[in-house]
Parts: sequence; C-alpha cells; structure tokens
Amino acid sequence: MDPRPAVVAARLEGIRRIVAVTGGKGGIGKSVVASTLALALADRCKVGLLDLDLTSPCDHLILGADGAFPEERGGIVPPEIAGLRLMSVAFFSGAHATPLRGPDVTNALVELLAITRWGVLDLLVVDMPPGIGDAALDAVRWLGRAEHLVVAGSSRVVVETVRRTLDLLRRIDAPVLGVLENMRRPDDPDSVRALADDRQVPYLGCVPFDPDLEAATGDVQRLARTRTAAVLGRLADRLL
Amino acid sequence: MHEWALAEGVIRTALEAGEQDGLTSITRIAVRIGELQRIGEEVFRGALEIVLPRDDARLAEARIELKIEPARFRCRPCRTDFGLRDLDGPVDHEQLEAIHFVPELAHAFMACPACHSPDFEVVEGRGVWIEAVEGR
Repeated sequence: MDPRPAVVAARLEGIRRIVAVTGGKGGIGKSVVASTLALALADRCKVGLLDLDLTSPCDHLILGADGAFPEERGGIVPPEIAGLRLMSVAFFSGAHATPLRGPDVTNALVELLAITRWGVLDLLVVDMPPGIGDAALDAVRWLGRAEHLVVAGSSRVVVETVRRTLDLLRRIDAPVLGVLENMRRPDDPDSVRALADDRQVPYLGCVPFDPDLEAATGDVQRLARTRTAAVLGRLADRLL
Repeated sequence: MHEWALAEGVIRTALEAGEQDGLTSITRIAVRIGELQRIGEEVFRGALEIVLPRDDARLAEARIELKIEPARFRCRPCRTDFGLRDLDGPVDHEQLEAIHFVPELAHAFMACPACHSPDFEVVEGRGVWIEAVEGR
C-alpha cells in the first residue's frame, strides 16, 4: 500500500479553493498568468502558488524567489514570496535539469503534494504542467476539485490545442472557470472568444501583449505595475 | 517523502486498511523504505510519536517494523545495473537532501557510471511502501 495518497488529501484539507491555470500547450504564458494572478490575489486573500511544471519550473524566476527555500517544520512549509506561499521543485533541483519520464513525473508530483504543508489558504493557484500528457493528467487526478482557468492565444495552432483541452476537461467532468486570452495584439482575430462561445464556457477577457513584461520578470513590484497585472487584478476580483 | 509525511501516511493508511479488514486492534505494520529516500529512522519514530492518535484504541498495541531496501538502478541506454555505491562521483549533502524530499531528483544529480546518462530506471529502493497491516 502506498502511504502517500492519504497524506496528499490531508495536505489539501485547509485549502478552500484550487484554481488550476492550464492551457494544453507550452509557451502561451501560463506561468506568467499563474504567477501574476497569484500575486494579485495575495493582496486580497491568503494564497498559495504551486508550480507543477516539474521539468521546466519558472514561477520562482517570475517572482524573483531566487535564494528562497522551504522551511522544515513538521513537513515542508513553502516560503512566503511577496505575500504568497510558493512551492516549486526548483527549490530542490536548483539550476539542474530534471530529465523525468512519465512514471517519474507522477511520483515527483505526488511526493511534492505529500510533503508540502500549505496550512489554511483561501485559494491555491496551480501552474499546471504543459501539454495533456502524464503530468497534466496526474495533476487533474490528484487535485480533483480544482477549477480550471484555461489560457489561450488567438493563433490557429493554439486555438486547436485549447479546443482539445476544453473537450478533455468536459469529458472528465472537471469544472472550467473559463478561457483567458493571453498576449493579444490589436489586429488578432476573435478566435478565442469564438472558441469560448462554441464550447459554452465563459470568456474571461484578454491580457494584451505587454512589452514591459520581460523587464519585470523577477521584480514583483515592477510586475505588479504592468498592464498584465492590471488585467489579472480585475480577474482576481471576479474569482473571489 | 519527509519523515513527518511518512509517519502521517503510514498511520492514516494503516487505519484505513484495518477498517477495510474489520480489525479492531492493529498489532503490526510492516513498512519498506527505499534507500534512495534516506529516511532517518530516529526522526521517523519521533514523528510517529507525535502524529499517533493517542485516543485511538486500534493502535494501542501496534508495532511498526521498518525495512530498508537497497537502491538499484538500471541505465536505459546501456542497460548497466548499478547502486548508490557504484556512482562515479559523490552526491553532495544538499543534493542528497533534495533526493530525500523528492527521490526523482536523483535524475538531476546522478548518472549511470558507465555511460553517464541520467536516463535510468529505479528498479528497487525508491520510496515507501506499506507491506502489511496485521491485527485482530
């Protein structure tokens, strides 16, 4: 018998809501959305951010958490960064590459969920693994009550992948908060809104392409002043 | 897995298993611990003392047995079998700590001693497994 499932359930007990930021495709700004949304929520309630991209974690870089490390206190307590509790495998792997195959990804994910003591949180934002392979399926399984916020872009390639993600989430009865359009440029087609309408899920608005974002990476104060943060602040209000 | 999470997991899982088997008293819990996980037995037993529900009569006579299983790896590209003592270079303390928390990080810090690939399978001795819950 595996003793971890019982602990995972206990570790998530004190969390009122779980919002899984997903997208089904790498490179659509899921981590920036998850990190900035968590930052905006931290002004409003008790928030945690869990980076479940186990092979390329980057939330700690976006939030400038270099040098932070979890505390050992009856388990592992996530460090507090800019008012939110952050957990990432990067705290343990450092700058090393983590070449993990499917079963390893599953084990690492369960292990991370089993050791992390979140305490009481109003909301846990989960930066979901990219794609819809082992890691994403495991995350959906272990975070059963998570509500999915799907990040999309207007490119045909992204829309097609997001359509598949939405269909999969519907097939497994996972709640969907809606679709958020990211990195929108003025001339982009309304394909994300059309997709949301077609699949009958809420269109949560759009984050415009933000040229200031790259320079704000790693600087939470600067990040909080970006247009991206302003849009996600309004979304944070809607979520609560 | 951290010793505290392990202690909590063992107790919760044993109680669930005992309930399924209709046990009113659990007398023995056998736990297999992978060498890779580097669980400190003293720390684990200390954590157990704290997480053990004192008022639960089902655990009053429970004896917890720990068995360490040596870690064995098999390189996927060159099929070499190896153990922790066969590694090319030392794994430093911080890296061992990281592996203690998340054993899969062995792939970040260790490599096959023959071909240096990090693409190896952990054949035995990875994590924690409850082998038996006995009672009456």
